[in-house]
Amino acid sequence: MNNSFLKIDNLSKNYGETPALSDVSLSLHTEELLVILGPTGAGKTTLLRTIAGLETADTGRITVNGTDITHQLPAERDIALVFQNFSLYPNKTVRQNLAFPLQAPGRNLSKTDIANRISHTADLLRITPLLDRPATHLSGGEMQRVAIGRAIVRQPQLFLLDEPLTNLDAKLREVLRVELIRLQRDLRTPMIYVTHDRIEALSMGDRIAVLSEGKILQIGTPEEIYQQPNSPIVARQLGYPPINTIDVHKQQNQWFTASNQPIMAADPNAPSNATLGIRAEDISPQGGEISATIEVIEDLGASTILLANWAGQSIQISISGEQQWHVGDEIYPSIDPDRVLVWGEAQSESEPALE
Amino acid sequence: MKYLRWLVIIPYFCLATLPLCWLFFTSLKTQEAAISPTASLIPSTAENIAPGDLTFSATLDAYRKLATPHTGKAHAFFHYLFNSVIIGLLSTLASVVLGTGCAYGFSRFRIAGARDWLFFILSTRFLPPLAVVVPVLMMYRVFNLPNTHLGLILLYTAFNLSLAVWLMKGFIDEIPRAYEEAALVDGYSPLQAFYKIILPHSATGMAVTAVFCLISAWNEYGFALALNNAEAVTVPVYFAGLQGNIQGIPWPQIAAGVLIFVVPIAVFTVLVRNHLLRGVTFGTIKQ
Repeated sequence: MNNSFLKIDNLSKNYGETPALSDVSLSLHTEELLVILGPTGAGKTTLLRTIAGLETADTGRITVNGTDITHQLPAERDIALVFQNFSLYPNKTVRQNLAFPLQAPGRNLSKTDIANRISHTADLLRITPLLDRPATHLSGGEMQRVAIGRAIVRQPQLFLLDEPLTNLDAKLREVLRVELIRLQRDLRTPMIYVTHDRIEALSMGDRIAVLSEGKILQIGTPEEIYQQPNSPIVARQLGYPPINTIDVHKQQNQWFTASNQPIMAADPNAPSNATLGIRAEDISPQGGEISATIEVIEDLGASTILLANWAGQSIQISISGEQQWHVGDEIYPSIDPDRVLVWGEAQSESEPALE
Repeated sequence: MKYLRWLVIIPYFCLATLPLCWLFFTSLKTQEAAISPTASLIPSTAENIAPGDLTFSATLDAYRKLATPHTGKAHAFFHYLFNSVIIGLLSTLASVVLGTGCAYGFSRFRIAGARDWLFFILSTRFLPPLAVVVPVLMMYRVFNLPNTHLGLILLYTAFNLSLAVWLMKGFIDEIPRAYEEAALVDGYSPLQAFYKIILPHSATGMAVTAVFCLISAWNEYGFALALNNAEAVTVPVYFAGLQGNIQGIPWPQIAAGVLIFVVPIAVFTVLVRNHLLRGVTFGTIKQ
């Protein structure tokens, strides 16, 4: 990791008594797309705004290419930020919106340079026909394209995107998501992409950083985060339906639930109290010993999700194919023991133990 | 519904324009016709009109006389109108500029005790302004401000500033911060972002504030009377001063002058009319 481009060291920020960011450290490699994933209120936007310079951190340091930018004005940082709510200038046309960052006093670009860059950017984002429209006469998707265009027309050294697709409808979101991935590959500019959407995180990120309550819980490739989440909170961020987590204790090498039912064999070396993480697709509705009752059936087309009450726990089971189940049916769930994640209570911060 | 609307608008229009019409007719009359006990409503160009007739002979004499000093007065009407224009425009300009800057500060920055400051600013309007006329006059004497344009400009600016700050704060609060932040990220300094983003977007608010400030300065009488007796006399004070004239009150001239006096305000309001209608929407932020 010698080629780290952006480095954030021990960044902390409080809003009054409430901590927004606590001790956040991360680095971004050149050409990398890092996704910051976390629930609403995790501090994702605050982190992005601090990198852009719109907020100042209480403590910590941000360096870009070895230069300390912690106390620079946003204008000095050469970092582009795409806002969740687009924030186009309403009294300007699309062309003027794209020209605005290029006309900034520090940039000294000639009129032909500006025109060339605008037409190039407009081609890239396919918004050329919109150039002379007022920014107020655009659809949501068009606005976000223009907002992205306003960021790339500057050719900044770093892109920050704050949930850029959240305000768009589902179909448009998929189209733009693919375009953004392509764009980032083409431009080779490092990008930090903030989202709460697990699909965006898994499909876009070279790496994912999971943020919760202002702390970074885990950073890794999408595979690492999905396969080896280091805590139940991280595990719940990815995958649909969300991972089943069951608090258990160990007796005679068996895991017992809170209602004292043995649900599966335990590793002799495992801690005596633990949380099990079992993905819905790793439970099969048949073959187990303890019965469960199906309470809700959610048909997703390619797969079906059964919500069942099992050993005093509510669990979700994902099945594929054409199994015909009905609400109220009795099933005997069995767990694939190789796929279970075990987080010991005392070691919740350490590496996950894979049984 | 459509007709109902006209049913309200037409009577109101008549009611509202009646005084103006009356002024207009009076301004066309001779002094004798204006103070005649019989009403005459129809202007006519006929030479001889029978007494008791509803018509009167129209003349532009009253307007002509406005250009020459009235008996016992140092200057003609237009001199006083010029005073009003200078004082009104400059105090309005100062109120809007200072008010906008102050409101921007309160709206966008964290200021210690901001709420208390704002309440203090508002509290300057709690007292009827004339209650402080004596202390103001005494202070002005020290600084040689009575009988100067600057004196009235300062005074009207001080009175209108609280209104301007509160109005402008409301308007600037409504401009989403995201626009400025976008400008900051796009490479502009905070001051440049204020010029490029806040000012164009608060044009509506500035127009509204300017109209209010101008009207209040334009019509102010009490202080203008108390602080000036020779220079910087404004039109309201000039008209009031005509009442003690030995020739009687020159109604046609007053009517003509009032009509001219109303024109600048009307023109100004029409000029900023488009801004007064809050047609500006912030459609490019998705909430």
